[in-house]
Amino acid sequence: MLIIDCPYCGKRPELEFAYAGQAHLVRPRDPSTLDDEAWAQFLYMRANTRGMHAERWRHARGCGRFFNALRDTTSDRFAATYRIGTAPPVAAEDAR
Amino acid sequence: MSRQRFSALSLIRGGLSRQVGWQAQWRKAEPKPSYDAIIVGGGGHGLGAAYYLAKEHGLTNIAVLEKGWIGGGNTGRNTTIIRSNYLFNESAALYDHAVKIWERMSQELNYNVMFSPRGVMMLAHTVHDTQVAKRHVHANRCNGVDNEWLEPDQAKAFCPLLNIEQNIRYPVLGAALQRRGGTARHDAVAWGYARAADALGVDIIENCEVTGIRRLAAGGVAGLETTRGFIASSKVGVAAAGNTSVVMQMAGIKLPLESFPLQALVSEPVKPVFPCVVMSNTIHAYISQSDKGELVIGAGTDAYTSYTQRGALHINMHTLDAICELFPMFRRMRMLRNWGGIVDVTPDRSPIIAKTAVPGLYVNCGWGTGGFKATPGAAHVFAWTIARDQPHPINAPFTIERFRDGFLIDEAAAAAVAH
Amino acid sequence: MSAWRTDSGGQIDRARSISFSFDGRIYPGFSGDTLASALLANGVHLVGRSFKYHRPRGILAAGAEEPNGLVTVIRDRARTTPNLRVTQVELYDGLVAISQNRWPSLANDFGRMNDLLSAFFPAGFYYKTFMWPRSAWKSLYEPIIRRAAGLGEAPTLPDPDRYAQRYAHCDVLIVGAGPAGLAAALAAADGGARVMLCDEQAEFGGSLLGSCGAKIDGHQASEWARQVSSELARNARVTLLPRTTAFGYFPHNLIGLNERLSEHLSVPRAGPARERLWQVRARRVVLATGSIERPLVFPGNDRPGVMLAGAAQTYLNRYGVRVGRRAALVTSNDSAYGVALDLKAAGVSIAAIADLRPNPVGHWVQAARASGIEVLVGSNVLGTRGDARVAGIHLVSGTYACDTVLMSGGFTPSVHLFSQSRGKLAWSEPMQAFIPGASAEAERSAGACRGIFDLVEALTDGYTAGSDALPDSATRRATPVDWTSRVSALPVDYAPYLGALPGADEPGRQKAFVDWQHDVTVKDLQLASREGFRSIEHVKRYTTTGMATDQGKTSNLNAMAIVARNIGVPLAQVGLTTFRMPYTPTTFGSFAGASRGDLFDPVRKTATHSWAQARGAVFENVGLWKRARYFPLAGEDMHGAVNRECAAVRAGCGVFDASTLGKIEVVGPGAAEFLNRLYINSWSSLAVGRSRYGILCREDGFIYDDGVIARIASDRFHVTTTTGGAPRVLSMMEDYRQTEWPELDVWLTSTTEQWAVIAVQGPNSRKVLAKIVTGIDLSDAAMPHMSVQNGLVCGVPTRLFRVSFSGELGFEVNVPADYGLAVWEAINAAGADLGMVAYGTESMHVMRAEKGYIIVGQDTDGTMTPDDAGLSWAIGKAKPDFVGKRSLARASMRSPSRKQLVGLRTLDPKVVLEEGAQVAERPGLKAPMPLLGHVTSSYFSAVLGSSIALAVVAGGRARLGQTLYVPMPDGDIAAAVTSPVFYDPTGARING
Repeated sequence: MLIIDCPYCGKRPELEFAYAGQAHLVRPRDPSTLDDEAWAQFLYMRANTRGMHAERWRHARGCGRFFNALRDTTSDRFAATYRIGTAPPVAAEDAR
Repeated sequence: MSRQRFSALSLIRGGLSRQVGWQAQWRKAEPKPSYDAIIVGGGGHGLGAAYYLAKEHGLTNIAVLEKGWIGGGNTGRNTTIIRSNYLFNESAALYDHAVKIWERMSQELNYNVMFSPRGVMMLAHTVHDTQVAKRHVHANRCNGVDNEWLEPDQAKAFCPLLNIEQNIRYPVLGAALQRRGGTARHDAVAWGYARAADALGVDIIENCEVTGIRRLAAGGVAGLETTRGFIASSKVGVAAAGNTSVVMQMAGIKLPLESFPLQALVSEPVKPVFPCVVMSNTIHAYISQSDKGELVIGAGTDAYTSYTQRGALHINMHTLDAICELFPMFRRMRMLRNWGGIVDVTPDRSPIIAKTAVPGLYVNCGWGTGGFKATPGAAHVFAWTIARDQPHPINAPFTIERFRDGFLIDEAAAAAVAH
Repeated sequence: MSAWRTDSGGQIDRARSISFSFDGRIYPGFSGDTLASALLANGVHLVGRSFKYHRPRGILAAGAEEPNGLVTVIRDRARTTPNLRVTQVELYDGLVAISQNRWPSLANDFGRMNDLLSAFFPAGFYYKTFMWPRSAWKSLYEPIIRRAAGLGEAPTLPDPDRYAQRYAHCDVLIVGAGPAGLAAALAAADGGARVMLCDEQAEFGGSLLGSCGAKIDGHQASEWARQVSSELARNARVTLLPRTTAFGYFPHNLIGLNERLSEHLSVPRAGPARERLWQVRARRVVLATGSIERPLVFPGNDRPGVMLAGAAQTYLNRYGVRVGRRAALVTSNDSAYGVALDLKAAGVSIAAIADLRPNPVGHWVQAARASGIEVLVGSNVLGTRGDARVAGIHLVSGTYACDTVLMSGGFTPSVHLFSQSRGKLAWSEPMQAFIPGASAEAERSAGACRGIFDLVEALTDGYTAGSDALPDSATRRATPVDWTSRVSALPVDYAPYLGALPGADEPGRQKAFVDWQHDVTVKDLQLASREGFRSIEHVKRYTTTGMATDQGKTSNLNAMAIVARNIGVPLAQVGLTTFRMPYTPTTFGSFAGASRGDLFDPVRKTATHSWAQARGAVFENVGLWKRARYFPLAGEDMHGAVNRECAAVRAGCGVFDASTLGKIEVVGPGAAEFLNRLYINSWSSLAVGRSRYGILCREDGFIYDDGVIARIASDRFHVTTTTGGAPRVLSMMEDYRQTEWPELDVWLTSTTEQWAVIAVQGPNSRKVLAKIVTGIDLSDAAMPHMSVQNGLVCGVPTRLFRVSFSGELGFEVNVPADYGLAVWEAINAAGADLGMVAYGTESMHVMRAEKGYIIVGQDTDGTMTPDDAGLSWAIGKAKPDFVGKRSLARASMRSPSRKQLVGLRTLDPKVVLEEGAQVAERPGLKAPMPLLGHVTSSYFSAVLGSSIALAVVAGGRARLGQTLYVPMPDGDIAAAVTSPVFYDPTGARING
C-alpha cells in the first residue's frame, strides 16, 4: 500500500485514494471540431509510460479533491504531487 | 532439423542411458543480420505465432526476440485458467478457437502441456449476476460454445466444497459451467512452442531487448535495433504484453493501453481436494488446484498502472478474504508464494490483434487477464495476419480502429452492475 | 529419560514434562521443545517422505529452512493444519501430529516404488509422455499424478478459529532478534525511538540460543539474550513481538508481520485469535534476519540422520538433545569443529571430521585433534550407507560407521526481505553468496544477513544500524558501546562451499540431492542444462528446484552454482531467482482477518429494513444494499406474491422503498450549466418545482446512468442515480467539476443516506397522501406529473415528488432518513382502507417493464447509446456539447443496424422468455447461428394476462410487427416485435 502525499491533506495511505489515469489530458473545448481520429486520441490513447508518469489521483476518502502526481512506474516511488491546473514540478521532471 | 520425439519409450531409453541422449529443447540462437519476420516477445503468444508462421505459412527464416527468458512474462505468471464462454460472438469465436487448439496441443507439439478440461464454474451471487450468466449461457449455446447453467445444488455436486447456504452474505444463486474449460501447465506452453518452432528453424533469441524500430523512407518497417545489434526485417509482430506500449512507442504508435499489476498466489501443496476451477467475479475469487497440489488463486488488478511486477498487500488480503468466505475450510491453508505480472488493458477489455498504421508492423496486445487462455488461438490468427498482411476472419473485429469508430467489444461493461 | 536427551542443560523446562503423539504413538517431551527436538529426543529421525520419490527423510535443520520434516497437526477435524515444519511447531501437551505423503505407513510406503523406478522419472519427465491417447490425460494420468503429488491433506471443515489484524507505526522496526537485532534494538531504544522488534521464534536470541559458544558480559550468550530481552521489555517505547514472522516487505516501508498467538498452547485461551497480521509502517527498518547454514551436496546426502551441523548444535545446546550416538562431520569451515567439540563433551562419539579444505589450520582444528577427534583434511564424500537411518559414510579415506552425518558448507545470508524490498543484491566472491547492495527503501541490513558472521562484528554492526536508524528528531543518540571488550569468543573461519562436492555426479554414485523436499538431484540439474534450460528461472521451473514449501532456503544457491558450472558461465550470469513474499508460508485466515460472515462486506440497510424483515420479505443483494424483493404471504411463492402486489398497485395503491437510489444535491449558480454539460438532456429550460428524466453517458457515448432530476430552486437540483451507480456518478461529476470546468460555481453533495424515499404508487396514492401531507396542494393542477414540492408529511419535512416508475399515478416521499420508518408506517396505515400493499423490487421491475422503462445495467450494457435505448427524445438538441455528444456523432453510432430496444410478445402468451435468451431471425438455425440480440427483461404481466419482454435487437425498431425466434435448447419460441411500452401507452394513468 503506497503512501500518497495529498497536496491538501498530506501523506495518507493509498486506501484513501482513487487512481484517475493519465494527467494533463484536457477535454477539448469544442469536441465537434475534432475529427474521429483526434477524438479517439483524446478518448482512448494513453502514454502508459514506463518510468516517470504524470497521473491523477483523487483523495476520494479524504478531501475528495483530484490532484496530479509524478510517479516512477518502475518503482512506484512518487517524485511529486501537485494541484490540478498546475504544471509538473520541473525538478521532478528532470529526475527522469 | 531433426527432433527427437518425446514418448514413454524415449523416457525408458533415457533412463537406461543415464539421460545423456537428450537434445536441447531449443537452440541458443545468435541473431542473424536479417529475417523474413521477427516476433517481439517470447511468451506463449509470440512463440506460438512463430511456430504457426513456420508451420502453416512457410516462413521459416523467423526470429523471436525475448528481452529476458522465454515464458518469463505473463505466460509464467498467471493462474492458467482456460475457457471460452465469453459473451460477445467475436470474443467467443476467438477464445473457442483457442480451446479447440488447446484440446490437441500436446499431441501437435509432442509436448505435454497438461491441458486439463476440469470444468470452469462461474458463480452467480445476485439476481444481476444470474441474468448476466444466463445471457452468457444462451449466447454461447447459440454460438456452439458449451456453457450450462447450474442450480446451486448442481454446482455443489460439481464442486463439493462449495458453500451453498443461502443465509450468507453472498449466497450462491447458481453458476455457469463450461465443462471444456480447465487449466494447463503454463511453462510447458512456452517450452512446447519454442521446441516445435525451433525444430522448424525458428531462431529463439533470449536476452535480446528491442531498443528501437527502424523505418524505411516509405514508412514501412526496416528492422529492429536491439541490445544485440540491428536486425533487419520487413515484418515485425509485437506480442510484448505489458510492455507493448513501450515497444510501439518506438514506432511512434500510441495505443489504447494501460498496464496494471496483476497478482496471483499459490498455497502449499495438498492432496487432491478441489476438482475444478471456480470463479466469482462478484467477490473477486478465482481458484483451482494444480497437478502439484497447490491451490492456485488469482487476485484482482491493482488500481494504478505499474511496471514493477508486484502489487499491494491489501489486494491479496481482499483476494484471500473472498476465498475464505467461499471456502472457509481453506482458512488454515497457507500462502506459499505470491507474484505479480503486468497486464495490458484496453478500454473495452478486449484484445487488439491487428495491423498498425506502420506497414509491416503488427500487434497482438491488450489481453488484460485473458491472455493465457487465448494463447494458441491468438498466436494462430496473429501468424495469419502477419503472413498475409490481413486479419484472419476471427481477429478481424479486434482492430485498433474500433476505438475510433466505436465498435467496442465490451466484455466488462456488458457485465456492468447498475440498477 | 532416553539415551538421546541430556541430563541437564538446554533451555527447555525440565520440570514440565508433557506428552505428544506422532503417527499414533505417544512420546514424552518437555515444555520448550519443538516437535523436532522432542522427536529427536526420542530417537525419531524418520519423519517424512519426499515429494516425488517418497524417499525416507529425517530432520535436516532446526529452523524455518527445514525441507523434510513436514507433518499435519490435528487439534480436531476442523482444526487440522497440513505441511507444518516440525522445527517450527512448538510442543504442547497432547499435541497430535501425523506424517504425510505415505501409504500405508511412514515406515513402509508404497510410493517408494517411484524411487526404484527413478531412472525413468528424471526432471520434467511428465512433459514428455502421458500424451496418448488424448483423453487419457484427464481420465487416467492426471488423477494418478495428482494423487501421488500434494503433501498433507487439506482440512475439509470450516476453520472455527479467529484471526486478527492490526496496523502499527514505529520509528524503527527490527526484524530478527539475534545478536545484531538485539543490539540494534538496544541502540534504537537508547536513543528514545519507538521500536518494534520481531522474531519468528518463541524466544529472542537467534543464534545466541543454541549455536553460539561465546560469552557476552561474562554470561552465556543465551543468558545475555534473555537479559537484554527483559531490559527491552521494560521500555514502554519498545514493542516486542516473539513468534512473529516478517513475511513480506511492501513498497514505502510497509512490512507484513504474522504473529502466532495461541497455536503453541495446549488449550488455546478463549478469546485471543489464532494469529494476528500486522501491517507496520516503519520510518526505518533494520533487517537482522541472520543466515542459514548451507548443506553440502554429496551422494547419499538425504538419509535420515544427515543433518546440518549447526542444527545438531542447536538441538544439543538449546534443547538438550543428542541427535545421535556417533556422528561424522563433513565441513568446509571451522564452525563444524565447535559442533563436534560440543557433541563430544555431551557424550556423542565423533567418527571423524571430514574437512574439505586441503590444509585447515588454526585453533579449532588443534582443539579437535587435541580432544582426540580424527580430522581428515582435503576429504570428500563418496556416499552413505543406511536406509531409514544413516549407518555410515564413505569418505575417500574409507568408510566410517555412524548414525549421524553433520554437514556445513558455510552460511548463506538471509536476504529474502531485502530482495523483496527491491534492494539490489550483490555477489560476494569470498562469501560465495549474495549480500545486500544498494537499498530501495529506508532500510539497512545488519549482522549475518549481510555476511557479518563474527559475533563481535555482528553486535557492532547491529548496534550501529539501530543507532543510525534513529530519526533526526531523536532527543539523544545511542551511547557508544565497545563490543570487543564485552565479548569473549574465538574467531571462526566460515569458509563457504558452494555447489556439488567433486564427483557427486559420477556414474554409479548415489543420488546427490540439492533440493531435498522436491527430490532434485545434481543429475536433474545436469539434464536441464543438457536440454537447453540455462536461465536459473527455467531450471527452477523445469526441475522444480527451490519451488517446494521451503522455497529453496537451503537449495537455491547450490542449484545456481551447479547450473553455472554445467553451462560454464559465472554464477552471477545465471541470474538470480526473485525472492517473493511470503518468507515462510502464511495462513490464509490471517490475511482474511475478521472479514468473514456478516463482516465480509458492509451491509447497507434502508430505514424500513426491520419492518420488511418482520413481514417476511425476501431480500436481494444490490451492491452493498439489502433490498426487499417481494413480500410473500403464507404459502405464496415469488410469482404469486408479485402478481398480487402488482395487481394491488394497479387497482389501488402500493408502497415501495426506493431509498437505495443514489441522490446528489447539485447546488450553485453554475448548477444548471453543469448538468447541461454533463447529462444529455437540457436543464436550463427546467422550471423550478419540476423534474425530468435524465440520462448520463460516458464520454464514449454509451449510457452510464439515469435518474430523475428535479429543480428545487434556480440554483439547486436534486439528482437521483441508480442504486449501484451513486458513487461512480458522483466521482465522475467531481472529476468534471474539479478538472474540466473549474470555472463553474457549483457544489456536489451526496445525500443518498440523508433521505428515506418512499414511493407511493397507484390510483389511490393521492388519496392516501392527502390524509397525511400538509402544506402541499396534491391536485393535478397544482402538482402535475414530474413536479416536486416541499411540505410536511405527518409533520415531518418532506421533499415530495410526483413521479411514477410504475405507470400509475404516483409520488415519492423524501423524508430525513431517521423519520423513514415512522413515515412508512404512517403511509401504510393511511392506505389500509385504500387497498395498500407493500411491494418489492421484483414487482417494481415488472411494472416498469410493462411501461417500457429501462433499468440501466439490465436493459443496457456498456455498448448501448441513448438512441439504442429509444431515448433520443431526451437529448437536448440545442446544446452545443455534452459528455458523450462527440462520440455519438460517429458514423457507427447512427447505423440503423445497431441493436435497439424493443418489446417482444411471445405468440403463446403463457410462455415467459428467459432473460438472457438470444434472438434470431429465423427458426431452426443450428449453432453457430447469426444472432440479432437478446432478451433483457422478461416477466409475466398479471395486468395484461400475458408474458412481456424487453429485448435489444439489431435494427429492432424497423422490425415492429415481425416475428422473431428465441432459440432454446428444446426448440424455438416465436415472438412478435412490439413497442417496448406494453401498458397504457398514452400515459393516461400517470397524468390526471
